[in-house]
Amino acid sequence: MAGLQGAVESAAPVSRLHEHHSADLADFPVPTGREEEWRFTPLRRLRGLHGDQPLEAGKVTVEADTAPGVSAERLARGDTRYGTAFMPADRVSARAYASFDEGTVITVPPDTDVSGPTVLSVRGEDAGGAAFGHTLIEVGRHARAVVVLDHAGSATYADNVEFVVGDGASLSVVSVQDWAADAVHLSQHQARVGRDATFQHTVVSLGGGVVRLAPSVSYSGPGGAAELLGLYFADPGQHLEHRLFVDHNQPHCRSRVDYKGALQGDSAHSVWIGDVLIRPEAVATDTYERNRNLLLTEGARADSVPNLEILTGEVVGAGHASTSGRLEDQHLFYLMARGIPLDEARRLVIRGFFGQLIAKIEVPELRERITTAIENELARLPGLQGSPAQSRPAQSPPAQGSPA
Amino acid sequence: MATLEIRDLYVSVVDAADQSREILRGVDLTVKDGEIHAIMGPNGSGKSTLAYAIAGHPKYRVTQGSVTLDGEDVLSMSVDARARAGLFLAMQYPVEVPGVTVSNFLRTAVTAVRGEAPKLRVFLKEMREAMAALSIEPQFAERNLNEGFSGGEKKRHEILQLELLNPKFAILDETDSGLDIDALRVVSEGVNRFGAQPGHGVLLITHYTRILRYVKPDFVHVFVGGRIVDEGGPELAETLEAEGYEKWIKAAAGAAA
Repeated sequence: MAGLQGAVESAAPVSRLHEHHSADLADFPVPTGREEEWRFTPLRRLRGLHGDQPLEAGKVTVEADTAPGVSAERLARGDTRYGTAFMPADRVSARAYASFDEGTVITVPPDTDVSGPTVLSVRGEDAGGAAFGHTLIEVGRHARAVVVLDHAGSATYADNVEFVVGDGASLSVVSVQDWAADAVHLSQHQARVGRDATFQHTVVSLGGGVVRLAPSVSYSGPGGAAELLGLYFADPGQHLEHRLFVDHNQPHCRSRVDYKGALQGDSAHSVWIGDVLIRPEAVATDTYERNRNLLLTEGARADSVPNLEILTGEVVGAGHASTSGRLEDQHLFYLMARGIPLDEARRLVIRGFFGQLIAKIEVPELRERITTAIENELARLPGLQGSPAQSRPAQSPPAQGSPA
Repeated sequence: MATLEIRDLYVSVVDAADQSREILRGVDLTVKDGEIHAIMGPNGSGKSTLAYAIAGHPKYRVTQGSVTLDGEDVLSMSVDARARAGLFLAMQYPVEVPGVTVSNFLRTAVTAVRGEAPKLRVFLKEMREAMAALSIEPQFAERNLNEGFSGGEKKRHEILQLELLNPKFAILDETDSGLDIDALRVVSEGVNRFGAQPGHGVLLITHYTRILRYVKPDFVHVFVGGRIVDEGGPELAETLEAEGYEKWIKAAAGAAA
C-alpha cells in the first residue's frame, strides 16, 4: 500500500470523503451555498467571513490558564510549529489561517502526566468586526493532559485548532461554545493521533447565533483511538453545525463518534455531518458513529448525514446510526403513569439523554457546569405542547352507533 | 373506604392508520379497598385495554361510560394526575428509559405522588428495604430504568414501584406472564403485602390461573369480547383451570350472532 503522504497528496482523491486541503485561499472559491460542504450553512449570516471583501477588525482575546507542567506561548504567524497537523479544508478556515496575527501554542512535554485541566478562555468583545485565531496543542509522547477551550462573549470569529497527540499520549479536549446570541463562530479542529495514542474530543455547543465546528481526526501510526463526543442544544434561531471527519489512514485504529442534540423553538437548526473514511491501508479498523436528535417543539430542524466509506474488506467493525425524533410517547407515558407531571417527565428524559455523554467528560467542574447549562436550557422550555401523552378531554363524543 | 368504579365503559383503540376499533363494550366493575379482583380472559379479549384505559394511555379512546375513584372522575384527569389520585398500573411490558436511573426515577415519582420530596437518607433506606423484600440487588438502583433488565427483573421493579408509591388501587396487567416460579412467588408476595394493608384494592389481570395459587382473589371475573361475561368467587378460577374459556367464548359468539 502506498504511504500516507502519497495517499493524501495524490491528485485523484481516493474517495468522495477525501477532504480538499490547501493553505492557499485562492484554492477555495467563494461559496454560493450550493456546495455540498456549505449547503446547510446560512452564508448570509456569516458577516462576510466566507467572502472576499476586507473585513473590519473585531476583538477576541485568548487567555491561557495552564496546569502545572504545561506551557502556553503566543507565537506569531509563520512559526514553523504551525501547520504540523493542520491544513485548511474550506474557505473560512483558509482565510483564518491566512489572516491570524498571533496564535496560541500549548505544549505538554513528553512523559508528563498533568493533573488538572489547562483552560484557554476565548472571549469575544465585539461581534461588529471579524477576528481570526489559531491554536496548536501539542502533547509529547506518553504524556497525558486535559485541555478546555472555553468560548464566550460576542464575536465574529474564525479559527483553527490543531492537535498533535504524540505516540502513546493521551489528550482529552473539551470545546465549549457558550457564546452570546449575536456570535458567529466557524472553526476547524484537526487532530493527528500518534501510535497507540488516545484522543478524546468533546464539543459542547450551547450559545451563539451561528456555530460551525468541524472536528477531524487522522492517525500517524497504528493503534490510535479517537472518541469524538458532542452535545448541543439549539434554541430559536440558532444554527449549530458540526461536521465530523475521521480519516482512518492507519491500520488497527479505533474511532467512536457520539453526538447528541436537542432542539427547541422556531428555526432552531442543527446540522450533523459524520464522515468516516476507511482507507485501503487501514485494516482492522474499528469505528462507529452515531447522532441522535431530540426535536422538542415544532419548527425546529435537525439535519443529520452520516457517511461511511470503506475501502478495505478487513475491518473489525464499522457502523453508523442517526435518529431524529420527538421524545418517545411511551417513555413519557411510563413516567407519567407513576405520577410525574409531563414537564418533569420530559426533563427527566432529556437529562438522561445528555447525562450519559456528560458522564464521559473528564473534568468534574465542567460536568457540573454543563449539567447546569442544560438545566437552564430546560427551564426555558416553553409550555410543553403537542404531546399526545398530555391530559386529554374527559371523553370523546360517543362512537357512531354504540353497541346495544 | 376507597372505591374504584367502572360503569358501562366503551373504549376504542386508534391504530397507526388512524382507524378506530372498538375493544371494550360496556364494562361494569366495582373494586373496593380490601378486595382482590381477578380478571381472566383469553388473548385479545380486551383485558389490557381495560388496564390502559383506566391509566389514561393516549392510544385508547373512551367513547362511553365512566371511571370514578371515590366519586372523582378519573377520565378527566391527565395520566399523572390519575397516578397521584391513587391509581397504579403495573405494566406488562415496562419500557426502558435510557439515562434515567432507577433511584432517580423512584425518588422523582415518590416526590410527585406524595407531594413533597422525601429526605434523601430516609428515602434511600425505604428504597433499599423495599428492594430487599423483592430480592432486587442493591446495584439495580444505579442502573438505567428497565434497561437490560430480564423479564422477571422488570416485573419485580413494577412491584417495587407499587410498594413505594402506595396507591389506593393497583391494576396489575399480566404481571405474572413470563415469570419463572421463584419470581412469581416474590412478585405475588409483594402483591399480597400491598393488598393486606388497609385502604388498598387490587385488580389482577391475568391469562393464567397460576398466580391465583399465590394471590387469593375475592372475586373472579371472566372477560370475553370486551366485557365481563361471568363473575364468581375463587371457585370460578378452578372451573377455568379445568375447562378453559371455551364455553364463554362460544356463548359470546352465540350472543353476537
